[in-house]
Amino acid sequence: MLTIRQAHAKRVKQRSITIAVISTIAAIALVYFLVPLAPGWPAVKKSFFNAEIFIKTFPTLLDAFMLDVMIFLWCAPLIAILGLIIALCRDVRSPALYPLRLFGAIYTDVLRGIPVVLIVYLIGFGVPGLGLSRPWNSPYIWGSLALILTYSAYVAEIFRSGIESVHSSQRAAAESLGLSPSDTMRFVVLPQAIRRVVPANMNMFIALQKDVALLSFIGPVEVLRQAGVYKSLYANFTPYVAAAVIFLIITIPATRFADHLMSKQQRERS
Amino acid sequence: MLLKSSLSIATVCVGLLLSTSSAFAADSCATGKTLKDGVLTIATGNPSYFPWVLDNDPKAGKGFEAAVAYEVATRMGFDKDNVEWTTASFDASIQPGEKNFDFNLQQFSITEDREKVVDFSVPYYSAAMAVLTRKPIQEKGAKPELESLKGLLWGASSATTGVPMLNKLIKPDDKPLLYNDNNDVVAAMKANQIDAALFDLPTAMYLGAVVLDDGVVLGQFPADRSENPDQFGLLMTEGNPLKNCVDEALEAMKEDGTLASIEAEWLQQTTSVPLIK
Repeated sequence: MLTIRQAHAKRVKQRSITIAVISTIAAIALVYFLVPLAPGWPAVKKSFFNAEIFIKTFPTLLDAFMLDVMIFLWCAPLIAILGLIIALCRDVRSPALYPLRLFGAIYTDVLRGIPVVLIVYLIGFGVPGLGLSRPWNSPYIWGSLALILTYSAYVAEIFRSGIESVHSSQRAAAESLGLSPSDTMRFVVLPQAIRRVVPANMNMFIALQKDVALLSFIGPVEVLRQAGVYKSLYANFTPYVAAAVIFLIITIPATRFADHLMSKQQRERS
Repeated sequence: MLLKSSLSIATVCVGLLLSTSSAFAADSCATGKTLKDGVLTIATGNPSYFPWVLDNDPKAGKGFEAAVAYEVATRMGFDKDNVEWTTASFDASIQPGEKNFDFNLQQFSITEDREKVVDFSVPYYSAAMAVLTRKPIQEKGAKPELESLKGLLWGASSATTGVPMLNKLIKPDDKPLLYNDNNDVVAAMKANQIDAALFDLPTAMYLGAVVLDDGVVLGQFPADRSENPDQFGLLMTEGNPLKNCVDEALEAMKEDGTLASIEAEWLQQTTSVPLIK
């Protein structure tokens, strides 16, 4: 038997669910019926949502996407390690090691300030142009390095914010217990700092998953490039839509997972 | 005798009449169908390259495509002052919708699939595909033979029909690398990331002679070897009413040899590159 208050709460909840469902359906219906009324719709449909071309190109695109996944898999751990090192450089407190601090600051400023695609171009064509021999001039190596440099700058800032979020009283307490500065960092600060910034770093890796496609600018035929080849071949943009769908298959679950981690953390803190 | 000569005079007269009337038809066939009244707007790439357009200045009428464009314009009844130039990228040109040009020429290969989205004129040039490489690769033993070409590391510009040709005809052992445009392909050649690349012959010759220090055009595919040699057409919006007028002008240029002499003037060096066996 519900109390009056519970019954009321239930009614309110049901009512708001009904309203939400109706307004969602109305919004979808509006888009579904209004967009095809646009004068250019048949042309757009033919060149962006062509089922025949979608089916024809999808398997090859999925295959090409495996290259994206591989590049991501070898870049991600290196980014995490380099990002952490840069963050630690920026947290150095001894005056003698000030150059490290300066290096960390310049590194993050410069690499966050340049568009990724420019770094990919400059390093991907520039360094091998110095006269390296194969296989050391491979675009895979230098393109990956470009991604690692850029993303480690962002990740370093995230780690730094995590390190700074650990209250300084904890460092003082560790010091009074006789821990050396490096042990303090290792056993007291970093375990808390890293845990706190996991959701923020998840977001970076979702962004990285998409930016891997920029490596196609210097040669590798991954999903974006393969879609571009099909676009030219069929004079149709549907392969790009197919590539977008493939990206979403990976990024939507990853984004949901990051959001889940973030809200879980918020609940734990409050 | 007298009858015969007067007959031939009559034939000439009829011929003259016909040709003046067709010239008149050419004059009027574009009226009211251009983007701007009385002005023909022609698009090309930016930058546009030798030998298609010299010095990136199509207005000068120098270079193969600039010369063809002005000849077509003249035959459609526009004098030089009534021709305006604009630029358009590849992507913008094949998108559905309005365009900022009456026709566009920047070595667009005519393909069946592209034809579903835009209109092409009759072809104004048939390009053989050629292999561009560098001297060190040639010295290492690369020959203009299919077997030898298979072993090279290939690159190509992704938007060209060279890509399917590479995969169908050469079938290289290693997966080719693809780039946004010809400049990037050349950058990769300079960085020794690829051995060779496919371009149409005039582009290959320009890049080999001017852009690469040690460039060599290794060979060209005979027209019968490449299933369908690239044919370049003037690109127009789908259903452009000017198409008939443009085609008429091009056909007339082919018939009286003007097109061939423009080609000879601007693209004559073709025979110095060996055929690929």
